[in-house]
Amino acid sequence: MKKVFERPSSLRDVPTHYCSGCGHSIAHRLICEVIDELGIREDVIAVCPVGCAVIAYEYWDFDCSEAPHGRTPCVATGIKRVHPDKIVFSYQGDGDLAAIGTAEIIHTANRGENITVFFINNGVYGMTNGQMAPTTLIGQKTSTSIHGRDITRDGYPMKISELLSQLPGTKYIERVSVDNPANVLKTKAAIKKALKNQMEGKGFSLVEILSPCPTYWGLSPKDACRRIEDEMTKYFPLGVIKDI
Amino acid sequence: MAKIMMCGNEVIGEAAVHAGCTFYAGYPITPQNELTHYMSFRMQEAGGTFIQAESELAAINLVLGASAAGARAMTSSSSPGISLKQEGISYMAACQLPAVIVNMMRGGPGLGNIAPSQADYFQATRGGGHGDYRTIVLAPSTVEEAWNLTQLAFDLADEYRNPVMILGDGILGQMMEPVEVVRRHVHGKSAVNTHKPWALTGCKGRRPNVVRSLFLGEGELEELNRIMQMKYNKIKSKEPRLESLYTEDSDLVVVAYGTTSRIVRSAISKARHEHLHVGMFRPITLWPFPEAQLQKLAKKSKAFLVVEMSAGQMVDDVKLSILGQRPIHFHGRAGGGVPTEEAIVEAIRDILKPRSKKRVYA
Repeated sequence: MKKVFERPSSLRDVPTHYCSGCGHSIAHRLICEVIDELGIREDVIAVCPVGCAVIAYEYWDFDCSEAPHGRTPCVATGIKRVHPDKIVFSYQGDGDLAAIGTAEIIHTANRGENITVFFINNGVYGMTNGQMAPTTLIGQKTSTSIHGRDITRDGYPMKISELLSQLPGTKYIERVSVDNPANVLKTKAAIKKALKNQMEGKGFSLVEILSPCPTYWGLSPKDACRRIEDEMTKYFPLGVIKDI
Repeated sequence: MAKIMMCGNEVIGEAAVHAGCTFYAGYPITPQNELTHYMSFRMQEAGGTFIQAESELAAINLVLGASAAGARAMTSSSSPGISLKQEGISYMAACQLPAVIVNMMRGGPGLGNIAPSQADYFQATRGGGHGDYRTIVLAPSTVEEAWNLTQLAFDLADEYRNPVMILGDGILGQMMEPVEVVRRHVHGKSAVNTHKPWALTGCKGRRPNVVRSLFLGEGELEELNRIMQMKYNKIKSKEPRLESLYTEDSDLVVVAYGTTSRIVRSAISKARHEHLHVGMFRPITLWPFPEAQLQKLAKKSKAFLVVEMSAGQMVDDVKLSILGQRPIHFHGRAGGGVPTEEAIVEAIRDILKPRSKKRVYA
């Protein structure tokens, strides 16, 4: 019998701590599939964020470092500059990358560091009980915006990928989603392209992944996926933002 | 080898290169800028990496990454910038990552001023950031000593897998003195073991390495703390360093470190001309503080005088060493003020030949 589906060897055979319907598990798996396909598991060094993915190193079977909240790209840069021949990526949530680590991601991108960034945008702080994130949509209810995000009080959802694309140091930026099988395949292709860019020395690549958080959106996993298509992609349109 | 003239900041940079430092990240702040300037070209010449970071937060975390990757790495700053680095220093201590952090102290608190100061003693010797940790703190008093201690700092950092701080001030950083530029194995070892099996290098031929400080499982973090405290106890017993001057026949021992100890040295020479039996105890490691060595002096000496460029911080460690056996006096200036030789001599006279004047007890 022919085997058509299996666990990537870079992904450990352990249950994750993620909630049902969470997009992190899909993103973790896709990264591992790509690493296997590129044959780079022994060359990869990942930097995990503070947030829901803080213990990604429990699931990834390759070298990993923790980083203080938001300083993830700095830690990745330090590693990459010491080992330019290794494949270094940071994996960051919207609080980590677009709030506390805004300065770090902008300057890392602006230096054109030859690293890859996977940016999980689910519009809430999941680890700390669902507070408003920089990417929370207008009107979205969270534990710190119980009547919905109000632009007069909270400002606007931040389009960090578009912002970063203005910097000459960035090479490739694409926004993808894991809300349906077709988009999952596109996400995998973007992850592969971003890692291959680094292997070819092309410079800074970032893949923003719109990801469901059923727990803090107060939705079923299926409805959470539907919300990405119906609401999130209206404000955060999918597609290549920059590719030079 | 001939001696050359260099300022303290530059000499620390060159010593770092000699010690095999291949990564430096910094952010501008006075009075340590000469070190950042120096590393900007010297790292490149030496085949290492220099990054002018967007903040001190970024700088310390770039160093965290480089250290996790196995490199000898350094950052530098001055007081307000060191406060920003404390987050990263706490993480590095918890992740057991070596690094050298230079603090050329300036007047504080707040933005303070750019005059020399020693007011970051508490921050440097008590850990500085959150959690139960310590950094080894080396306090050079001359440019030549900065040369030696910088190289020692890298060795100690690697040996104990812990951040090491070089604590100087604006005078030491900017003053030029002659120094012999040669690699010294000050730690008494011809080659420090630079093999780092824990480093992130890609998992070829081994199980993946993880650099982490998060331990959520029951008892896991307590176990890490236990291991760290064992390490700190070992450092406390093995690494205290000091210099003593005339302490064998002194009624009064002046305790001072860094730049202040130089002024104290002159003051003591003057006081000795007046036949005052005074000596100096100069801690070279501020943490571990040479507690046992100072305690021994309490048996022979009648009193202690602590001189600092602060409102009195090291005086606490002196009290903890002397344990009430002798009176401890304090003379210091805060906010960038530098104690004068004459004022120190006067303080010595007041203690050893008291007139009716009231003394300030610490």
